[in-house]
Amino acid sequence: MNREREPIFSAKNMRLLLGPLNRDNPVAVQILGICSVLAVTAKLRPAFVMAVSVVAVAALASLIMSALRKTIPSRIRIIVQLVVIAFLVIIVDQILKAYVYEVSKQLSVFVGLIITNCIIMGRVEAFALGNKPWPSLLDGLGNGLGYGVILIVVGFFRELLGAGELWGRQVIPDSFYEAGYMNNGLMLLPPMALIIVGVIIWIQRSFNKDVVDK
Amino acid sequence: MNRNSNTYIVVYATAMVVIVALALSFASLALRDRQQANIENEMKRAILRSIGIEAQGGMAAVDALYARYIVGSFAVDARGEVVEGANAFELLANLRAVYALPPDERELPVFVSRDGQGVERYIIPLWGSGLWGPIWGYLALESDWKTVSGAVFYHQGETPGLGAEIAESWFGDRFAGKTIFRDGQFVSVSVEKRRGTEPPGPHSVDAITGGTITAFAVGRMIRESLQGYLPFIQLQKENE
Repeated sequence: MNREREPIFSAKNMRLLLGPLNRDNPVAVQILGICSVLAVTAKLRPAFVMAVSVVAVAALASLIMSALRKTIPSRIRIIVQLVVIAFLVIIVDQILKAYVYEVSKQLSVFVGLIITNCIIMGRVEAFALGNKPWPSLLDGLGNGLGYGVILIVVGFFRELLGAGELWGRQVIPDSFYEAGYMNNGLMLLPPMALIIVGVIIWIQRSFNKDVVDK
Repeated sequence: MNRNSNTYIVVYATAMVVIVALALSFASLALRDRQQANIENEMKRAILRSIGIEAQGGMAAVDALYARYIVGSFAVDARGEVVEGANAFELLANLRAVYALPPDERELPVFVSRDGQGVERYIIPLWGSGLWGPIWGYLALESDWKTVSGAVFYHQGETPGLGAEIAESWFGDRFAGKTIFRDGQFVSVSVEKRRGTEPPGPHSVDAITGGTITAFAVGRMIRESLQGYLPFIQLQKENE
């Protein structure tokens, strides 16, 4: 083959990275990975740690699977995907337990459940197994970030309105409370995460008419 | 090379699993010390909470406070004698295994605290079952071995908002000032669901609305855990 090498950040590659942040967002458009969005977003800090974990797993899983794609027997490819993803998730879980113990306790089983997050396996199956490592890395990174952005936005509003804090620090001044302002306890419960995700979808679709189902 | 032959698949799967297993064992070994330090730090934080000291800040702050307030520890056996050479902290780390033993084979840890005024308290770890999983905690006794000075409780998976409220400090605070003996008889501190508006007596506290089963389990845990310390406590009271 005498094809010219594609530039590292070609328009196509940038689309892989940035598309999932908006038009192809795994949570808001494809409605994947909702379970953990509801569970870990009551506070900003666990939401952020969870987002970083998913970005790392999604990017590395896509990279590894793409690098191995020519050697994997197709009959056991799902098992290979599971082993690689599970391996990465266990490593992430161990690192969290060693370095951010408090947050890892709040995240509890949801780190382990990254294994079953359909965003990651979906991207490996749909993209990484048929593409070169670099675009696959960008695709995994992009989808992880698309998920993480939603997590952080939801966590931001839930902690701000539910506890009057951000990152564990009080941001709503005492004078507000004295004037009769109250934290909304409902914000800390999972249903409110669903409603916030709904509002994000609403706002996004009012800007992007083309993702609205005809 | 035929990637779908059985030989290839078997060799591929075996090699993959061996490599992953090696990598995971290595990661586990490399991180174990730090993880263990985190768990011990969390236990120290909990012990401090039972004597009313909320440790703020990181691990170093907790270690410093622990070193300042916790002046000793020992373990007692079923005959009420102090076990020579027992490591109370290690027993605490394996409390689940300790309570899996028959009662007369258990070696139970006790921690001694001394505050700024030189007042000594004895901190007794608790272990029991809640509604959905294990619950545990620490009960701090005054040096008369019968007045509760404070208590904290933890749980693994009690219902959020209902049973899980046992971990909140307002529930633990209800135990402060209660006594576990009435006229020399061990009665523990029970958790009760009562009618009326009278405050609970010196040997009981109110349960949690909506979390009755877990709250009762706390009362049972306190009674059953203290039972193992009774021989030792009786000896202390006789020596007075």
